[in-house]
Amino acid sequence: MIRQDFHRIDPKRRATLDHKKKQFASPTFKQQDYPHRLNFYEIPPTDEITLEQFEQWAIDRLKVLAEIEACSYRNKSPAETEAHITPLLQKYLPLSSNTSSSNGAADQRLKNERQKDHYSHFILRLAFSATEDLRRRFARAETMLFRFRFQRDDTREKRAFIESLNLEWEPVEDAERQRLSDHLLGATPGLRRVDEETWYKVDWEKVPELVERRSVFLSKGKAYVPGREQVSMIIAEFTARLERALELTSRALPRLDEDDRLTPILNHMSKNFGSAESVYSEGEGFVDGAAITANNVDRLSQHFPLCMRSLHMNLRKNNHLKHYGRLQYTLFLKGIGLSLEECIVFWRQGFKNLTDDEFNSRYKYNVRHAYGDVGGDSNRSGRGYPPYSCQKILQDSNPGVGQSHGCPYRHFSVDNLVGLLQSTGVNDREVLRGVREDVEKMRFHIACNRVFEWTHKADIKRVKEDGTWNQTDLDTIVHPNTYFKRSYLLKQMGQAPRNT
Amino acid sequence: MLAFYQRLFPFRYLFQWLNHGIVPSPDFGNREFALTLQNDAYLRYQSYATADLFRKDILRMNPSRFEIGPVYNTNPRDRKTLRGGQMKPISKELVFDIDLTDYDDIRSCCTKANICEKCWTFVTMAMKVVDTALREDFGFEHILWVYSGRRGAHAWVCDPRARSLPDDRRRAIAGYLDVVRGGNSSGKRITLKRPLHPHMSRSLDILKPYFAQTTLVEQDTFLSSEQAQRLLSLLPDKSLNESLRKKWESAPGRSSANKWADIDALAKTGKSSTLNPTTLRDAKQDVVLEYTYPRLDSEVSKKMIHLLKSPFVIHPGTGRICVPIDPRKAEEFDPLSVPTVTELLAEIDEWDAEHPNNAGAEVAEGEGSVPESDARGGRKLQDYEKTSLKPYIDYFRSFIAGLLKEERVGKRERNEDVAEAKPESMEF
Repeated sequence: MIRQDFHRIDPKRRATLDHKKKQFASPTFKQQDYPHRLNFYEIPPTDEITLEQFEQWAIDRLKVLAEIEACSYRNKSPAETEAHITPLLQKYLPLSSNTSSSNGAADQRLKNERQKDHYSHFILRLAFSATEDLRRRFARAETMLFRFRFQRDDTREKRAFIESLNLEWEPVEDAERQRLSDHLLGATPGLRRVDEETWYKVDWEKVPELVERRSVFLSKGKAYVPGREQVSMIIAEFTARLERALELTSRALPRLDEDDRLTPILNHMSKNFGSAESVYSEGEGFVDGAAITANNVDRLSQHFPLCMRSLHMNLRKNNHLKHYGRLQYTLFLKGIGLSLEECIVFWRQGFKNLTDDEFNSRYKYNVRHAYGDVGGDSNRSGRGYPPYSCQKILQDSNPGVGQSHGCPYRHFSVDNLVGLLQSTGVNDREVLRGVREDVEKMRFHIACNRVFEWTHKADIKRVKEDGTWNQTDLDTIVHPNTYFKRSYLLKQMGQAPRNT
Repeated sequence: MLAFYQRLFPFRYLFQWLNHGIVPSPDFGNREFALTLQNDAYLRYQSYATADLFRKDILRMNPSRFEIGPVYNTNPRDRKTLRGGQMKPISKELVFDIDLTDYDDIRSCCTKANICEKCWTFVTMAMKVVDTALREDFGFEHILWVYSGRRGAHAWVCDPRARSLPDDRRRAIAGYLDVVRGGNSSGKRITLKRPLHPHMSRSLDILKPYFAQTTLVEQDTFLSSEQAQRLLSLLPDKSLNESLRKKWESAPGRSSANKWADIDALAKTGKSSTLNPTTLRDAKQDVVLEYTYPRLDSEVSKKMIHLLKSPFVIHPGTGRICVPIDPRKAEEFDPLSVPTVTELLAEIDEWDAEHPNNAGAEVAEGEGSVPESDARGGRKLQDYEKTSLKPYIDYFRSFIAGLLKEERVGKRERNEDVAEAKPESMEF
């Protein structure tokens, strides 16, 4: 049996795959007529565009994506984000629905808009597929953009678009719907009768968001998704496909047969994708001339934001902190300039009830790891993790029983929060009322900044008056280490004149 | 310790369990093991091609315990030869961890690392709730529950579908099951939407009897005034709370069951004009859940790369074996009667003393080589069969048999094309 030519292509057919010819062959999908406003970006564009268009379209889209990302970092509510993004979209990347024109999808204006949307998406794919980090951010921003547009699409078009996708959704039959009516209602808050809604059965893996929030009925691995939750499924599908495609692009990228026309543009763009996530650059939280040692932490803790202060108080009270609390606090301390040696001393002294051996075997490694003293190459070269930003603390922590990390404004009950604030000396009734209001509206940053402004109001007034600090120096705080630095500096400046 | 690994540890079954078949495959070969040695050194990224190599290395290292990690796309031992980020985990059992320390604020009998039969009930109910949800809602079938050796239990969901879940899907399941949220300062920890989600109402039905028995009677949780105070803070109506407080202050020793009954009794008298019966009922349901619903360490479940202690290793603190628990008989399981290493070794000696003919010879052959000698009749007993470890290993075997059966069906479908492509591999 000769099997060696198993994979070889019939020599007669091979000619059609000749790359030289293929380059000039007319692609089968050259002209897309964009029947829908939305696009899953499955088919890459093949038309020719000018270099100026290439750059301009990509930059326009990039502006929108950067703003969307910034909104999410500032923890803006969906309504606020919408208000912020709508004019930008209108300016840089308009995308009108079929109904906005008398000719429907045939209108040239709509075609041009959709073409720009389509092309700019694929250009940015090229720019952002190079590293894992860029891919993740790009997928996230694109998903948010898609969600935003999808939600504002009108119902008829939305349905037509969904049908065009051919997703594998199995509708739930009437009999089954009746049989499960109690369960279905229980899983869908706000719905009173089952026949008001249509359900689809899908594998639960397709709707992880709904599963996590417990807002879908599950049985034997199938999720019964109500029609109104389609958004969630479509978006999950969109993200999944985009991530897969980006992965493929990244593998194809090295083979991009390109001279020096596109590559510089692409590189430039990926560098300028507003790096909002790293608000904090290394060493930023350091305060010059401040003696930051293990013994000073108690004294310095008056400058800490509430999250760190609460951790500090818990540590002093229980002589212990659980893992995530330690991590959050260690990174913060690293951020204010506490050296690794001092940090180890600090924790050693903090855990009073432990012997040296216990401490060394169970806790020391984590501290060293956070400083990048040990661990894998990437951890060491990056000098450990960066200190957590408010964004990170708000989103990623969800303290469980016995844990005390997280953001008190977000994770404490209001009464406990107020109690904690009062114990740190914030007792102005007006401020506390404001904090309650902010927390209720989920504006945790504002609450924290409000407290900062109250506790430092004399100093802030002074620096504003004598003009040493301008408005940018007093921008909203979005990082615990910024909080510390600003608080510390303000107090220092307040004391300096009296000392001299 | 060494004698335990030599004579009792079921290496072969552990291999079959992780390998999903008899023929050594990457499922086992690329699996990470992490060994904790006697001097507390911690060795990660160990891997073994076969059960025998695994056994040999364990005997050589004699670790105090070892943990099981994910299957990687390459052999974890080769990780240094790869560029950074090339080695990726591709599958691992979905795991859950229940630990009684998380129950410290609601158990009155013990704290920290100590346990007794009373508080073990919390683990039993947690197992029931989680097991039911995994089976009914997610459709998983092969769920192995393992006693963690001291104060908790682990679940290993071994279905192929569960093993290949990416991290975000794991997080979704963890979130689905995780209800008791919030740290010590977050006040009421459970506030559920109504109507209750089917998972919650089913869990509530499972947990209600436990609440009546364990919380109200055995633990007598609300006996102390601090705990009673906490209970009051979870109830919605101020004037009702006021009258309850008065009543309880005048009778300090009042039992939890009575206090719980007082809530309804006082509510019925209609003293409080603001009281809404539905809100009170909902709040009471929330209380039941807060005091009984499983408290999972969800971080363990969320990441594929998380390592978890292997079944059948010895807990270094208690000397007890991490034996599997049959979820159908969860109530019968008593952690305090789980055998310890020393007991087991004594049992072997005792058995050998009683049956002098069968003793000896076995040791050299090691564990796991039995079935072949079956046909001869009068086969030598395995060492584990002489001890009280036998029922646990038997259960483990039957669990693996169920898993392998399903794997075989799946594999045949998958391998059909492959087998056709290279028929020569079948000839010997």
